[in-house]
Amino acid sequence: MIKLNANHILYLLQAAEWTVLLSLIAFAGGSVVGLMLALLRVSKVGFMRALASGYIQIVQGTPLLIVLFLSYFGLGILGYKLDPLVAAGLSFTIYAGAFLGEIWRGCIEAVPRTQWEASDCLGLNRFQQYVYVILPQAVRLAIPPMVGFMVQIVKNTSLASVIGFVELARTGQIVNNSTTFEPFAIFAVVAAIYFALCYPLSVAARALERKAHAGR
Amino acid sequence: MPADEAIVRIEGVVKEFGPLRVLDGVGFQVARGQVAAIVGRSGSGKSTLLRCIAGLETVQDGTITVCGHEVGRAGSAARAQLRRDVGIVFQSYNLFPHLTVERNITLALTLVKKQSREEAKTRAAEVLALVGLTDKLSAYPEQLSGGQQQRVAIARSLALSPQVMLFDEVTSALDPELTAEVLAVMEDLARRGMTMITVTHEMGFARKVADLVVFMHKGKVWESGPTAELFGDPKTAEFNQFVASEL
Amino acid sequence: MSYQLDFSFLAERWPDFVAGAWLTIQLTVVSIALGLAVGTVCALTRVYGGALLKRVVGVYVELIRNTPLLIQIFIVYFGLSSLGLKLSAEVSAVIALVVNMGAYTTEIMRAGIQSIQRTQLEAADCLGLTRLQTILHIVLLPAMERVYPALSSQFVLLMLASSITSTISTEELTATANLVQSDTYRSFEVYIVVALVYLGLSALYRCAFWLIGLVLFSRKRKLGTAL
Repeated sequence: MIKLNANHILYLLQAAEWTVLLSLIAFAGGSVVGLMLALLRVSKVGFMRALASGYIQIVQGTPLLIVLFLSYFGLGILGYKLDPLVAAGLSFTIYAGAFLGEIWRGCIEAVPRTQWEASDCLGLNRFQQYVYVILPQAVRLAIPPMVGFMVQIVKNTSLASVIGFVELARTGQIVNNSTTFEPFAIFAVVAAIYFALCYPLSVAARALERKAHAGR
Repeated sequence: MPADEAIVRIEGVVKEFGPLRVLDGVGFQVARGQVAAIVGRSGSGKSTLLRCIAGLETVQDGTITVCGHEVGRAGSAARAQLRRDVGIVFQSYNLFPHLTVERNITLALTLVKKQSREEAKTRAAEVLALVGLTDKLSAYPEQLSGGQQQRVAIARSLALSPQVMLFDEVTSALDPELTAEVLAVMEDLARRGMTMITVTHEMGFARKVADLVVFMHKGKVWESGPTAELFGDPKTAEFNQFVASEL
Repeated sequence: MSYQLDFSFLAERWPDFVAGAWLTIQLTVVSIALGLAVGTVCALTRVYGGALLKRVVGVYVELIRNTPLLIQIFIVYFGLSSLGLKLSAEVSAVIALVVNMGAYTTEIMRAGIQSIQRTQLEAADCLGLTRLQTILHIVLLPAMERVYPALSSQFVLLMLASSITSTISTEELTATANLVQSDTYRSFEVYIVVALVYLGLSALYRCAFWLIGLVLFSRKRKLGTAL
């Protein structure tokens, strides 16, 4: 029986790179989807709002794990090779998009009405209002909750292990099953690596939150 | 006044908040059935003194005795005794927003005095009648005006049958109209022989109802004595100025 | 696209889904109740407790909130059993969910408890209530009322997160799906069905929490203000 050793820990640390990569994909993909959703949610057209709201309701009412399975097998049906990275990337884009969309909607709506009115009076069209007046202010408000949500993304990437994406959690299982049978120690190490990734983000989110409150 | 009659006795009380000496050797006595009005400018330490009497603040020096028990002595038994002897009404009413008027009153009766719900409800009805709010039994605090809330707060304290009632600027947050209804309740209480110590800005009330006026200035009892005497013949320039400014 | 969706497995297997959903409900109701209790006690400690206890709770909250539930489940299930504490999958699942839920609830309830003004505590003190009586009768309900929307969202999130316990084969809804799809090879359809069941459960939970809120905070209902 092989004891847990430095090689295993190195192995786990390397696996953490995939966790980081998937987190970044999730954040990038989620940002694109989320921005679209947020803009749809504050649209003047009722149908657009309902569409975005329906999407968010469905994604937030379904476990991420099920989204992962659906992406994985759904892509298979569509004839794509079953690639865990693609399925995981797609799932996290869908999932992060819904939550980021809600965060941004809240921030857009938090920009005072008077800002719309003032920019309207200056003759800016709706697109210009967004780009030059509303979004810059909304982004400032959005940064603390976005950083906070990053923590959720990093933690939730662990679920990609279930569809066979080899990241930190999956590697932990592999090390556990194939080599050492010291689950407590191994998963404690895995947890510690997640903590090391997440805690700085949590602290940053809180600090930004405080700063934002103090600024007002 | 013979010492044995004094129900509240305050001697040489010193209270400091950090480097700030808020009460600097305060002393006076209140006899059973008397109404004492503590007056003075804001920052004179009068509210702090009242909080000390209620045991909400600890004092650095001196003694406060209520009904023969010393306030601020350690031990929960002493504290429990103080709570039985003294009722306090605050400027901000401090009713419990999630409880009905009736439950605000019966809560301590059932929890502290271990009365049955029925007994407590009967008592609640009694004290609500005293403050003229029998019809508000099942209302929630936020459905009442400020004056009504303050009268409920008085009833809540009264329900526990305290020996002494403390009033901490109870009308300061109220409009003149609502002030009048609260003062009327307090006047009625005084007539019924309740021992009361009230911190107040209402000079009219002090003149009319108080037996004893304590003028506080810079953390000290600057001047005190029977109401008529004090207002009739102020001894210090500070009290004179204060009375003039309050008119 | 030549693929034909085929839901015919439902005719035979629907009782499995019902059983899975029922276990999901049982697991999550127990976890929510216990998690709320843990979180409330920790939040009270965090606000009113001594310096050392405050720190302990702080460390607990940070540890849990910054590590994945999946790993927490593994530590409870595989870790504790390797240390000689054999627990069934269901018990492990509940322990992990309660520990997890407790940390999030602590933070939510803390905000609620901190919103209760000092003057309320003082008033209770002056009426002679003990500290425990004050907490039970004056602090808890209004505190919970103020953070109830956040609490109920957290409860729904927990219900969804309970799907993760399928990884240690508690036979709840997701594990049922895994089983049925491996028997029928209708993976996509199976997860569509289960996704719909979860959506239904989410709606059910939201509805239930709304009703519980109406009962708990009857004052709000009486005054006609929104929860």
